[in-house]
Amino acid sequence: MNFLAGTWLGEWLVGLGRISALARDAIASCLTFKASRRDLLYQIYFIGVKSQSVVLVTGAFTGMVLTAQTYFQFHKIKMDTATLAVVGVSMCDELGPVLTALMVSGRVGAAIAAEIGTMRVTEQIDALRTLATHPVDYLVVPRLLAGIITVPLLTMESIVIGILSGYLVGTQLLGIDPTYLYYDMMQYMNDVDVVFGLVKSIVYGGIIALIGCYKGLSCNVGAEGVGRATTEAVVYASITILITNFFLTLFLQRIYILMS
Amino acid sequence: MIEVRQLKKSFGVQPILNDVSFRIENGESVAIIGRSGGGKSVLLKHIIGLLQPDAGEVLIDGENIVGMNERQLLRVRRKFGMVFQGAALFDSMSVAENVAFSLRRHERLTEGEIAKRVAGALAMVDLPGTEKKNPAELSGGMRKRVGLARAIIYEPQIVLYDEPTTGLDPIVSDSIDKLIIRVRDQLKVTCIVVTHDMRSARRVGNHVLMLHEKKIYANCSPEALFASQDAVIRQFVDGVADAKENIF
Repeated sequence: MNFLAGTWLGEWLVGLGRISALARDAIASCLTFKASRRDLLYQIYFIGVKSQSVVLVTGAFTGMVLTAQTYFQFHKIKMDTATLAVVGVSMCDELGPVLTALMVSGRVGAAIAAEIGTMRVTEQIDALRTLATHPVDYLVVPRLLAGIITVPLLTMESIVIGILSGYLVGTQLLGIDPTYLYYDMMQYMNDVDVVFGLVKSIVYGGIIALIGCYKGLSCNVGAEGVGRATTEAVVYASITILITNFFLTLFLQRIYILMS
Repeated sequence: MIEVRQLKKSFGVQPILNDVSFRIENGESVAIIGRSGGGKSVLLKHIIGLLQPDAGEVLIDGENIVGMNERQLLRVRRKFGMVFQGAALFDSMSVAENVAFSLRRHERLTEGEIAKRVAGALAMVDLPGTEKKNPAELSGGMRKRVGLARAIIYEPQIVLYDEPTTGLDPIVSDSIDKLIIRVRDQLKVTCIVVTHDMRSARRVGNHVLMLHEKKIYANCSPEALFASQDAVIRQFVDGVADAKENIF
């Protein structure tokens, strides 16, 4: 593999290997309960509670614009009352999980990479190691668990507020009959749409935390290194989320077909 | 007992250490001296396993730590305390939380017991009553003292100091030297001090290792070092730059 050394592909493969090793260490550490409960609670507060405003605004306006656009098309073929069904399925399956994950990655992924990156360049991570503390146990595991716990909760919040906003726009602004709007939504939506959204958001929570931590832990020395790590954490997490979303959708659909 | 055998380390194509070997007995106080960028801090980081060498062995109480993974090294590192050049305090924590860090992680103590141990460690480094301050509020000398309190609170057998007086004025440097001697004498620990401050090396070390050209050039007492007529040693001890040499 020496012919790949120094090339873009070689660097990418090395990075993939390192992030896989980090994920393995973090999962092993999770299974042995090495993380402190206090650190986990703080990360849940930081990732979950502090991201609410961003997620709620994103969810609400996405639901509203989706309702308006769907209504403008459906109105032409007299299917006004099916508007919220489309909004509901879209919010649960795709828009809720993906947009929430992208917003959280922008806010939290960047903060994780910047915090850990600064700790690295100021020797605080070496100090942790000299104090017989594994950086994965202390820094990665609480953030990974908090991501896996909070991103699904934020996603559910985003879905609920998106559908609710869409319902209000549909009934109050566009004049759709509220009873049929609600009835059609309940008829065309399934529990599995919500489950798909939940499963996806758990994966995205893990991706955001893991890439943020990896970029922080591997950042180059100096202010420029921290800045680059922060940017890359957001960009790589966003791209990974979008690519994973496609394959996860196909995978979950296949599982659903096999099980039903 | 610490033993380093034929240690080699390069960063890329740049060799830093080449065939470095020495031995430090329990309770010894050793100063590692040498030019800036000469590999002193790199050597110190090998002793505690923060860096892995390209070749050679590092034995801590007879156990070779080269090749150990990070989790195996954690057990060995409990024998060590380390004071970093920039103190490396956790800036999101108060002084008390910094000093109590290892107690909270590794020992089952009540908050009262932790507070008592923290107060004791801070008193030992002449910083009583600073528990609630943030690292950003402290001067360079105070930060190094807090770093020392954090390193000694769990009573390690070996304390490593990475350039403890760099960037400090002579009076604060003198107080740090006295503190290192006090900690060594009270806790009966092995001390390894990396420095290029000859005055400091003379005071805190009862043994001196001089790194030069990537190797151990001198391994002797401070008195023998200062009395040496060797040209390389004299140049370093007297702090005289060679006019022909590109020191930058």
